[in-house]
Amino acid sequence: MNSATNSALPWFILLAPLASAAIITLFTRRWKNLSGSISVAAVGVTFVCSCLIFGKIDISAAPLNWLDVAGIFKAPIGLTIDPLSKMMLLIVSGVGSLIHIYSLGYMRDDDGKARYFAALSLFMFAMFGIVLANNFVMLFIFWELVGFTSYVLIGHWFTRDAAAEAAKKAFLTNRIGDFGFMLGILMIWTATGSIIFDDILPKMSILTSNAAFLTVAALLIFCGAAGKSAQFPLHVWLPDAMEGPTPVSALIHAATMVAAGVYMLARVAFIIQASPAALNVIAWIGAITALMAALIATQQDDIKRILAYSTLSQLGYMFTAIGLTSNEAALFHLFTHAFFKALLFLGAGSVIIMLHHEQNIWKMGGLTKRLPITFFTFAVGACALIGLPPFSGFFSKDAILALAFEHNMSIFAMALFTAVLTAFYVTRLVVVAFFGKPRGESARTAEEAPRVMTAPLIMLAILSFIAGFGFFAQNFLLVPHEKETVLLVPMLALVALALGALTAFYLYRNREFDPIDVDLLRQKFYVDEFYGWLIRATQERLARVAAFIDHWIINGGFVGGVSASARGLGSLLRYVQIGNLQAYAFLFGLGIVAIIYYAVLR
Amino acid sequence: MITLGNYLTVSAMLFTIGFAGVMLRRNIVIILMSLELMLNAANLSLVAFSRFHVDLRTSLPNYNAQVFVFFIITVAAAEVAVGLALIVALYRARRTTHVEDLTTLKF
Repeated sequence: MNSATNSALPWFILLAPLASAAIITLFTRRWKNLSGSISVAAVGVTFVCSCLIFGKIDISAAPLNWLDVAGIFKAPIGLTIDPLSKMMLLIVSGVGSLIHIYSLGYMRDDDGKARYFAALSLFMFAMFGIVLANNFVMLFIFWELVGFTSYVLIGHWFTRDAAAEAAKKAFLTNRIGDFGFMLGILMIWTATGSIIFDDILPKMSILTSNAAFLTVAALLIFCGAAGKSAQFPLHVWLPDAMEGPTPVSALIHAATMVAAGVYMLARVAFIIQASPAALNVIAWIGAITALMAALIATQQDDIKRILAYSTLSQLGYMFTAIGLTSNEAALFHLFTHAFFKALLFLGAGSVIIMLHHEQNIWKMGGLTKRLPITFFTFAVGACALIGLPPFSGFFSKDAILALAFEHNMSIFAMALFTAVLTAFYVTRLVVVAFFGKPRGESARTAEEAPRVMTAPLIMLAILSFIAGFGFFAQNFLLVPHEKETVLLVPMLALVALALGALTAFYLYRNREFDPIDVDLLRQKFYVDEFYGWLIRATQERLARVAAFIDHWIINGGFVGGVSASARGLGSLLRYVQIGNLQAYAFLFGLGIVAIIYYAVLR
Repeated sequence: MITLGNYLTVSAMLFTIGFAGVMLRRNIVIILMSLELMLNAANLSLVAFSRFHVDLRTSLPNYNAQVFVFFIITVAAAEVAVGLALIVALYRARRTTHVEDLTTLKF
């Protein structure tokens, strides 16, 4: 690593979006279109820099000394450039640029366009910070910053109550995960005395000597990842986050930020993988999330919510792969998923905006001719999502399924069933939204989206198609090797795909309403209601006790006691002040007598 | 034979009369006069102490107390001057010299 050439390029990547956010916020707020152009230019610069960095083999960036308490704590702002971060840089800046361009079209008439692009640039800055961070503290700071920008962007249309509520929910849910993450970081720091990844690595023996401590630390770190990547039981915020503008859903809540949890676990894999118990928990949580989200997705009517649950489900796959100790499989799926899910969201956004903000799939229909490019690209994304060969999703999902087949049959069964459900709900979505007769007025008169929106769709469709091929993907990351013994797995996956897709196709073709109605799934397993009850039962009771203590003991006892005793004493003593001269003289005389008595007779 | 005790009894009676006047009378002028009476009661006992406290070597009374009495008379004169001036000023402002009407200084 010492031979690596020092370069300012990584710093450009980090600072260009920050500069853009600062310029827009401080100077160009009034000029909406200029603001958009600045933001797009900044992300373009980062994309070019990412490509340049990717092309170089040895490259490093000088770290900046930030916090340095001699001998106790050292937190530099250092940038990691390794294959992992290089790949992530390309995904984030590549998908990011396409979505920025798309946003120019999507947010064309929005009043808050400048604010939107400033927040988007700030998000890119924070996301690059996570990708490049070389220590836990820097990672955590940017981790919080993406959470904040996510909050701002979900609540972009803050005058709508639902958007404001969703933003709050996302922020609070993330706080729970981040609190665990912070505890995990502190535990690692207490044990090893360092927060820099490269410095922790040689000290792993300290951690591994205490298995219980390590497991707790690893699980707490996973807690942060689960919050950000919306894994069960912290998944509730992601579907609600769809209240934000659709490009935001595509960029933050499908392609990049929610994948940050996976990326972070891959970055600290050396800690996680030292604890088999933690790995087991991660794998199971991933599988449970995948299955649960897929089940819920089959009964949703909002096009973006279906995609949100599908994102949850796919992230569950990635966590399963992390838990089964294959970072390669997880990152491969992250890589392909970033493209096809961004594509699906942008396609959905195109449908939504061309149908004048109609999101219910039962009011769409017959869009294949009206929106041909959108339909075609959306279909490509859908094929990739359900894992139809030779689309990219097939390869990456197959890698995870093969992994599960090798390690844990029950997780494999869950993953396979999830694949059936995935095929089912994606087919349902495509058939209901695009095929058949138009079921709504806006669907009858829709027109194709402008070129600034379709061009990114086409680009992403191409990427979604080719991203899975070995020769393409191997340039970017380590593709897990296929083993001869598990040829059964792709066959099973194909059977699952056919089963799910055909069932959905025959069930939903030319339907006017949903023939299936499972209330449990439609209500998302009542998780929100359960949390509401839980909060009422615990937090509210706790609050009531705290309010009692505050009101009666602190305020009434201490503060009120002092003031009441002063006031009481005063109201007693005021009767001495009667204003009668002779009474004063009498008291004066009494006082003298008392003093004399004390001094003389005692 | 008149003893120290007789003088002190008279002094105590004068003081009590003065104190009762201060306590019971309502007119500030009278109160001031009663105050003077109390002062003179003290003077009387001081002079009596002086007269009966004879130095055995020189067979002269102790004059310290008598000097003290002169001081008291001087201060009392000044006090009466200030006090009467205050009463006149008070009367001009409030048209009364009754303590019961002068009760503004209370809660």
